[in-house]
Amino acid sequence: MSKALKKLSRQNETYIALVVLLLSFVIQMRSGQFFTPNNLVDLASALIVPGLFAIGTFMVLISGGIDVSFPALASLSIYSTTKLLLDMNYQGGIWLPILLVLLFGALLGAVNGALISFFNLNAMIVTLGTSSIFKGFMQGALNSKQLAVIPEGMSAFGKSALFVAENAQSGLTSRMPMAMLILLAVLALSWFVLRRTMYGRGLYAIGGNEVSAHRAGFNVKLIKFFLYVAVGMIASLAGMIRVCMMTQCHPTNMLGMEMMIIAGVVLGGTAITGGAGTLTGCMLGTILIVIVQNSLILLGIPTFWQDFALGVLIIVGTGVSAWQVSRARNRTVGKNILKGAAP
Amino acid sequence: MAQSLLRAVDIQKSFAGVHALKGVNLDIAPGEIHCLAGENGCGKSTLIKIISGVYTPDAGHIEFGGKTYTKISPIDAINMGIQVIYQDFSIFPNLTVMENLAFNTELAEGHKLVSWKRLRKIATEAVAKINFQVDLDEKLGDLSVAEKQLVAISRALMFGAKLIIMDEPTTALTKKEVKALFKIILDLKKQGIAILFVSHKLDEVFEISERFTIFRSGETVVSGSTKDLDEKKFTYYMTGREFEDTPFTPTYQAQTPVMQVKDLGLSGHFAGVSFDLYKGEILGITGLLDSGRSELALSLFGIRKADAGSIQVNGKPVTLASPVDAIQAKIGYVPEDRLSEGLFLPRSIAENVVVSKLDRLSSALGVVDRNARQEEIQRWVKELAIATPNPENACQTLSGGNQQRVVLAKWLACEPDVLILNGPTVGVDIGSKHDIHRILQRLAGQGMAVIIISDDLPEVLQNCSRVLVMKSGGIVAELNPHETDERALSAQMM
Repeated sequence: MSKALKKLSRQNETYIALVVLLLSFVIQMRSGQFFTPNNLVDLASALIVPGLFAIGTFMVLISGGIDVSFPALASLSIYSTTKLLLDMNYQGGIWLPILLVLLFGALLGAVNGALISFFNLNAMIVTLGTSSIFKGFMQGALNSKQLAVIPEGMSAFGKSALFVAENAQSGLTSRMPMAMLILLAVLALSWFVLRRTMYGRGLYAIGGNEVSAHRAGFNVKLIKFFLYVAVGMIASLAGMIRVCMMTQCHPTNMLGMEMMIIAGVVLGGTAITGGAGTLTGCMLGTILIVIVQNSLILLGIPTFWQDFALGVLIIVGTGVSAWQVSRARNRTVGKNILKGAAP
Repeated sequence: MAQSLLRAVDIQKSFAGVHALKGVNLDIAPGEIHCLAGENGCGKSTLIKIISGVYTPDAGHIEFGGKTYTKISPIDAINMGIQVIYQDFSIFPNLTVMENLAFNTELAEGHKLVSWKRLRKIATEAVAKINFQVDLDEKLGDLSVAEKQLVAISRALMFGAKLIIMDEPTTALTKKEVKALFKIILDLKKQGIAILFVSHKLDEVFEISERFTIFRSGETVVSGSTKDLDEKKFTYYMTGREFEDTPFTPTYQAQTPVMQVKDLGLSGHFAGVSFDLYKGEILGITGLLDSGRSELALSLFGIRKADAGSIQVNGKPVTLASPVDAIQAKIGYVPEDRLSEGLFLPRSIAENVVVSKLDRLSSALGVVDRNARQEEIQRWVKELAIATPNPENACQTLSGGNQQRVVLAKWLACEPDVLILNGPTVGVDIGSKHDIHRILQRLAGQGMAVIIISDDLPEVLQNCSRVLVMKSGGIVAELNPHETDERALSAQMM
């Protein structure tokens, strides 16, 4: 029992979960509105898109890379998908749009992957570059404008609900979108890949030590290439869900999300240097960010303080993990001193 | 002699016109411990990479177990039973011991899915081979260097190894850990596994190996039985030079101490450390890895501020809370890990030499005086005989010995009164080691006060005028190196 507690006390996830709980209770006490069915469903629904982005970002960080192009990538692939479907006057269901957006996502992700793994370029520089290219291509070559109408199948999917929650006092209702299933499915799939496949363990291995991974027999280049393809697909899926839920396609409104997403993942204990972190922590960090973005208003805090609060969270969050690292180091030094003193 | 396990015959290899191997030979018998020695850049690593299949030789061939190969791939090498334990151990610090042990086998067997049960089985089997007690669920990064090495050795044994190549395995180990490693090597020998032990440390070569081969500048200089080797010959074969070992006798006489340390302490590391340091002397501080000697060095240079006691420099009390304070008090520090603490490896030699002196080479506006900078660089490259065609080359192109000279030059350019060196010749080849010792003795002769912190006992005895021994955070003895020997010194340390 005490061993389990000790283990918990060393895990970042524990602290971030405590912070999430604490924040929830504070908001509940001040507003009485936090733990209402409709607020919880609203939060869950607001988590879907950032959650998917976070899963992709998490896998990239684990491998020791970084991707700042995913909002631009998602925007370009969903814009192309929507435009294409509108032009062919598509009347069907959601499956073709999903397929198309995954295809575009994989193609664009392959551009990132090829540059990073086969040409061995720095991931930060590559994705900064492709981010600009994707954005420029969308706005220049495709001459993107806001698409106020999207295919019927897509908006139907965006509006379909798993269930509806109602606030007994105010009578306000909120829909739990069908897309929640997609988040859960992607989450389960990535858990399985990361935990139960050699591919997933290879991502951790590469993030820990790329040269060793190569010597051990991992195909480092292919693993990295397919990682960026997969991340392109997940990000595009997130982009499609966002468009469906908004029932319109706005080409630029996802841009700029990358810093917030990366911050959430790092806050959840994922090492920016690669190799360390858990999906649980990644989701908790993202939940915290979503709560701050959505619920501070319930406390009566003006929205422009959101950025301030997020910044504080990031600094405190990374500060705590840095403190833990130095504490762990002192502990081992202390242990050695004791060993040395013994006859 | 019985049939060889491995024979490398007339191996040649060039890189971009540089002849790294000019036809070397190596012959290892089954189950023998063979030591391959040579200075940095002599071609040891290149030959290892050829044997393990990383490089293809330009000429020559390899015979292994009676078969002749002109080319080996890494997979061939593993299948033949050749395993390399690299200096960095090729491990994943972020993963568990279990995964580190099992990955190679899992990948070799082509598994796509992970079964944690199977991983545990493989890992248990691996550590059992050398009777290594370790928590399989511990994160590898939390283990000590010696334990990491044992993980790498256990992993290597999983492939039915007939030959294990260890690349400088003792570099980061304490004396006790080296002993434990040697025991394991002898055990492996009993199991019929041959060991190729790469080292440039003389005492290890004598202690562990039965036969040796020495390379110099890409050629085999000599190969034979360790019994026929002595220290003088070893050094000569390695460097092609003969060295006179002259113990240091101070020539510069000073009456007042330049630095007085009184009851200095850093909680958890050392306490009650007092000594006076005079101009022109070389003070040795020695002790085991965890005796507090390194922390003392850091405190004397202000990197870790001491929390008790006082320090006076030239009679004036100083507070050393940061390296800037120490530099102002005219104290210089050559760190233990020059790669990460002492040098900007990718930057040029010239930049490294002048970096801590830039403010004195600049005009009032902060613009660096180019001519003064150039003169300063030329002066030190010449004075310390840094072997480089061009001081504008990156520091990482230099050998360990030459890098250490650059670190020295950087501090000497600041003209310190006190120069502290932590492990001045760790990872430096014999030739450079002698040169660095000569430089230090010369500096002391000119009146600089030098502190050498080192656990290399011959180095301490030969170069210091006084030796302080540290143990468990305190000074336990002050010895005169002319009246003591290694045995007495190490008895004080234990």
